[in-house]
Amino acid sequence: MKNCEYQQIDPRALSVSPMSAQNRAEMKAQRSRRKWEVFPGKNRFFCDGRIIVARQSGVLPLTLGLIVVTCGLFFAFDCPFLVEHLTVFIPVIGGVLFLFAVISLLRTSFTDPGILPRATPEEAADIEKQIDTSGSSTYRPPPRTKEILINQQVVKLKYCFTCKMFRPPRTSHCSLCDNCVERFDHHCPWVGNCVGKRNYRFFYSFIISLSFLTSFIFGCVVTHITLRSQEGKSLIQAIQESPLVICFFSIWSILGLSGFHTYLVASNLTTNEDIKGSWSSKRCTEESGNPYSYNNIITNCCVTLCGPMPPSLIDRRGFVPLVEASPAASATEIELPPFLAKNDSNMCTRSTKDVLARMVHAFDSRGLCPPGTPKTTPVGVEVSSSPSAGCPLFSRSSRKRDSLHSSNPAFRLASPSPSLSRNTMILGEGPDVGFIPIP
Amino acid sequence: MATEFHNLQELRHSASLANKVFIQRDYSEGTTCRFQTKFPSELESRIERTLFEDTVKTLNNYYAEAEKIGGQSYLEGCLACTTAYLIFLCMETRYEKVLKKIAKYIQEQNEKIFAPRGLLVTDPIERGMRVIEISIYEDRGSSGSSSGSSSVSGSTAR
Repeated sequence: MKNCEYQQIDPRALSVSPMSAQNRAEMKAQRSRRKWEVFPGKNRFFCDGRIIVARQSGVLPLTLGLIVVTCGLFFAFDCPFLVEHLTVFIPVIGGVLFLFAVISLLRTSFTDPGILPRATPEEAADIEKQIDTSGSSTYRPPPRTKEILINQQVVKLKYCFTCKMFRPPRTSHCSLCDNCVERFDHHCPWVGNCVGKRNYRFFYSFIISLSFLTSFIFGCVVTHITLRSQEGKSLIQAIQESPLVICFFSIWSILGLSGFHTYLVASNLTTNEDIKGSWSSKRCTEESGNPYSYNNIITNCCVTLCGPMPPSLIDRRGFVPLVEASPAASATEIELPPFLAKNDSNMCTRSTKDVLARMVHAFDSRGLCPPGTPKTTPVGVEVSSSPSAGCPLFSRSSRKRDSLHSSNPAFRLASPSPSLSRNTMILGEGPDVGFIPIP
Repeated sequence: MATEFHNLQELRHSASLANKVFIQRDYSEGTTCRFQTKFPSELESRIERTLFEDTVKTLNNYYAEAEKIGGQSYLEGCLACTTAYLIFLCMETRYEKVLKKIAKYIQEQNEKIFAPRGLLVTDPIERGMRVIEISIYEDRGSSGSSSGSSSVSGSTAR
């Protein structure tokens, strides 16, 4: 076996591999771009693709600001008093909880939630081909749902028109970020990102740590005020300086949210499914529950929070493969010379007029190419003008070959079509013209 | 008519892409990563059914190993939680390790089995783990009438 150094072959590069030296130099001169620069969704990237956020950062600065201000007030006004009267561990515990909450928040905001990359054109065409079994040439949008069995339960998969694929189960398309996200929970404006498969555990640890933090601060503040009132010092001033009000109002919503998400984790549900009532017993007629649940609270919790961390599928920092601008045209340019060199005068016996006549007849009868012919190799006549005239005609001529044999030769040669005259003019320009009809 | 290629370099230089076959995901056991082992009809003349099924089953086993929920994954998860998930910045997760093994396996399979038959398997991670894309190549030098290859039937004299 020869020494093959395997590199991922880009099929588009394969079809145009014998490039001219000039083309190769041009391509190297183009700056190779990273994939995040051409990402189709509405996301913003920082640090050369390492950090991803939604386009609208929402109220993330407000969230951060609230946390920092609350903790700042706590450390500044309550801690000195409490350290003096109680224990030195109070600011330590507060500091640890604060750090934990902020780090979890930043991880939730800056992590890819489980975005699914959009389908490649070949994939989309393959899906449409599988659905469009009638063989109709007119474009018909694929049906919206496909039913599959998951753990003996019927689940409907929806087709995403933006991403051009059937969404995997539990995947939903976020309209704010314009991405399909796996195990989509919700789009959180406080965090400024979607919450999905990859960052749900960060989100959960953020709200739990925030609940502990706000409860802790609230408790410390109440203790502080109580101690102050017992000592008879200025109560009003203490209330004004402490973050009591912020804590009081936020604690109920945060505790409520934590409780809700604990319930979701224990039953292996997402917010999306819970709101829609996908697996609720009232909706399902027969006995069917959540097919993803392990029917054990501990297992559900462990799977959601401590399960394996899936990788990011969008490969933000990878390089975009350099593609030729017009692969079809260059393919024919490159394929022409070897074939012409190989073929001798035998190939020239078929007269130019004959070939043109077929072109004309096919063109008149069928018209232009329908839009949905992905697998046909487009062929160009090697001239500078009007390549599109050459392309559909030859693809039509191949299909019409059988019918052409029976057509009237007189008609074929004598038809005064404008396209014929145009093509005659083109051919008359130079000798270096080749035809490559599709077999 | 099977086209013969001796290695990937030969495939690269003398073949043109004819068609692509997509092996879809199998969701019958939930959202874990599994691919259908149904043999596509386009590959019938190209590769033996058993070889294809073995490849897909091995890939499925690799993915099951990556997503296995057990002692090691719990340990990794708890450790990560206690360090506020900062450990993910320095440590490679088990999933990533298995993905590297998968990439190596696919490369070996391409070199030994698929490239000599004019096929190329793309790693599913490059397609968002949605499909296994198998590209079918035709020998550019042959003048057969298979789809994708071009042959000249008429030209003017140069």
